[in-house]
Amino acid sequence: MTTTKEVILDDSRVIMEALAQAGADTYIGYPITPSNAMYLYASMRFKYMLPAPDEISTLQYMSGLSAAGHLPVTATSFPGFALMIESINMAYMMELPMIIILTQRLGPATGTATAGAQGDIALLRGMISGGHPIPVLCPASIEDCWYLSKEAVQMAIELRTPVIILSSKERATTNRNFDISKLAPITPVSRKYYEGTEPYLPYKYNEASLVPDFLPVSNTKHQVRLTASTHDQKGIIQHTSEEAMQNTIRLEKKIIKYVEQKHFYTLINANNETESLIVSYGVSANAAEEAQLLLKEKGIIVDLLIVKTLLPIATEINDIIRRYKKITFAEDNYNGQYARIVFGDKLPDHVKFVGAIGKMLSPKTIIEGGIF
Amino acid sequence: METKVLNTNNLPFCKGCGHHLIAQNTAKAIESLGLNILDVVFVTDIGCHGIIDKVLNTHTVHGLHGRSVALAAGISMGLTSNKKVIVFIGDGGATIGLQHIMEAARLNVNVTVIVHNNFLYGMTGGQLSGLTPKGFNTVITPNGSPYNEHDICSLTYTAGANYVSRVIGIGDFSETIKEALQTPGFSLIEVMEICPSYGVKYNPKRKLQEIVEAANKPVKTWKNNRQPFEFPQRSVLSNLFDKTPVIEKLDLPKVLNKQIQVVLSGSAGEGVQLAATILCKAAVKHGYNITQKGTYPVTVGVGFSNAEVNISPKEIHYHGLSDPEYLIVTSIDGYDYSKKLISSLKENAVLMLDKSLSIPETKAKVMHVDFRSKGAKNAQLAALFCFAATTNIILPETLEGILAEMNMLEKFPLNEIKTELEILKN
Repeated sequence: MTTTKEVILDDSRVIMEALAQAGADTYIGYPITPSNAMYLYASMRFKYMLPAPDEISTLQYMSGLSAAGHLPVTATSFPGFALMIESINMAYMMELPMIIILTQRLGPATGTATAGAQGDIALLRGMISGGHPIPVLCPASIEDCWYLSKEAVQMAIELRTPVIILSSKERATTNRNFDISKLAPITPVSRKYYEGTEPYLPYKYNEASLVPDFLPVSNTKHQVRLTASTHDQKGIIQHTSEEAMQNTIRLEKKIIKYVEQKHFYTLINANNETESLIVSYGVSANAAEEAQLLLKEKGIIVDLLIVKTLLPIATEINDIIRRYKKITFAEDNYNGQYARIVFGDKLPDHVKFVGAIGKMLSPKTIIEGGIF
Repeated sequence: METKVLNTNNLPFCKGCGHHLIAQNTAKAIESLGLNILDVVFVTDIGCHGIIDKVLNTHTVHGLHGRSVALAAGISMGLTSNKKVIVFIGDGGATIGLQHIMEAARLNVNVTVIVHNNFLYGMTGGQLSGLTPKGFNTVITPNGSPYNEHDICSLTYTAGANYVSRVIGIGDFSETIKEALQTPGFSLIEVMEICPSYGVKYNPKRKLQEIVEAANKPVKTWKNNRQPFEFPQRSVLSNLFDKTPVIEKLDLPKVLNKQIQVVLSGSAGEGVQLAATILCKAAVKHGYNITQKGTYPVTVGVGFSNAEVNISPKEIHYHGLSDPEYLIVTSIDGYDYSKKLISSLKENAVLMLDKSLSIPETKAKVMHVDFRSKGAKNAQLAALFCFAATTNIILPETLEGILAEMNMLEKFPLNEIKTELEILKN
């Protein structure tokens, strides 16, 4: 007989515990609604925890600690995230592993701290100058929070990159019951450092992964150079040399290559019975799940694609979507941000967007506004 | 093993620039201490001074403009205290990153900052910074800067740095740098210099010593004796789930065959959120799935308090509000907050309203009960018992068991409420 362990918890707790088990050891942050619970859980669980005076300091402290060999985490919402953007670009360019949890709320600017949204998708797509993609993982369930957080640590270390875990107020701060015996303990992600005897070139990449070996600045065997300026494989500033341009492009290539081989989604598929698809992610996917069930009761079969490796978009995701003749995107925003990343600014006739601003998108609205 | 800090004598600065001397003096200080070159991390800011990375044999980190002190602070927090983390920053970076310098001094991180103060932004054409002395000529203030300037030494000393010193960037000041490097905690040295390209150009008749004196910036050293930064030793949980008690399920038949919503609405400080938590625990004990969401103003001690609970025999997907079957209102704050909801309740809904509140226009069935009779703080729980007694979705015994588990039975007037409920039933 299996022993169930039914408890009441929220996504915030699950994400924090998963990150800690996966090997994240440091939390730096500034509290901001609706991420405050994550900050509190981190202070209870992470050995190294520091309140920072603001979000620019947060990301700079995180980058420094990452350079010294730690795996830091922070959680924020748009007003803090906006302050972090230049520093995340720096960590991206320096190739430093770290995790940033973005719990979306209604904007713009201060907006409404206690209202949820999925309004930062377009921002995430473009946040690295040059349009280079940064990994964004988006859980839509407790189980997702568990294994996607582990995956975030895996990606951060393996790809030497900041990784974003995307949530929103309605999932992060809503309690629900769950049998935690279903959450298998997470083995910490192992880290490998450069062990060669040759002089260490900080940005010389491995052919298979396109990722350079990491060495912390605490090591005394090899000189380490980290720089946010355009650079060559030695980490020396370059204007726009061929080697430096290849290095910059490699920053997106390494991520795209990984995602093409490993990305997460759920396709609730009624076995080729329908030409209609709903596409969703995060909290609005929960509304879409219910819409799919309600439509089925009415005799209307639709498939549901819940995207979990939200960005960059794997070719397989684009292929799945384009197999369908009627596509409905369901998002908690006003302007169909994910729909427009996939299909462009003017959605084709067979693609519809249903959204909501200032409230959760409901199954009823999806059913009334979608094309099935 | 490399022992020299600089890999060349040919530094990449304009002829006559004080940056040469800062680099050479810093190298001399490090070498005189016999430090392992790879125990040293240079963090360089943006500016002419920051192009020095490629001539350094130490670790080098070149980040964002003005953020070098915060980056260095993070690096030093991750290293043992025998390592040396040195920041090269200009007066421009020190202006942008003034807060980072203050914070680094407050925390007293093990970092030595050397400010290359040539009173202007060299790299971008000689514009003024926050450290440009009033009266100094720059490209945009050719008749003298009209603005006051910071005294970075005074600020950093007051913020708590263990060692602060101002020197004129002429000759050998390596002893000052050496002393800073040997001082645990945060140290800052402001080196005064004139930019040969822009500073001299716009202030041709002035000598460095005179500029510094006219600006009232004394050449001296200030010290504090505070504990250097260390991550505090903290005891942490080995698992966050240790704080989520396992709920033992009762083996009872379920009354509900579909999802319902219960909204609890009252005043801050009257246990609305607690009642919602207890309701959810009870529902889980009875084998249901739940979601629970709380809404209240940021001033948590005053105003309304609202909770939305979903209870379902099946998996809950969408947890948003949609035609709740039960609305419990126990105070005027809750009443005012729920006005719109009350008027939109459907006919199959039940409004459990405290007797002190007047019955509003609503399609729902109204139960007008004196929940507040046993005290404002017990009103929501009293309403839960009423809910249990009239719906059987959860049982009053289950609520009683949970209150006992939470050591709340002593203060709760259970028997009186039970008696009132019996009266209600009949």
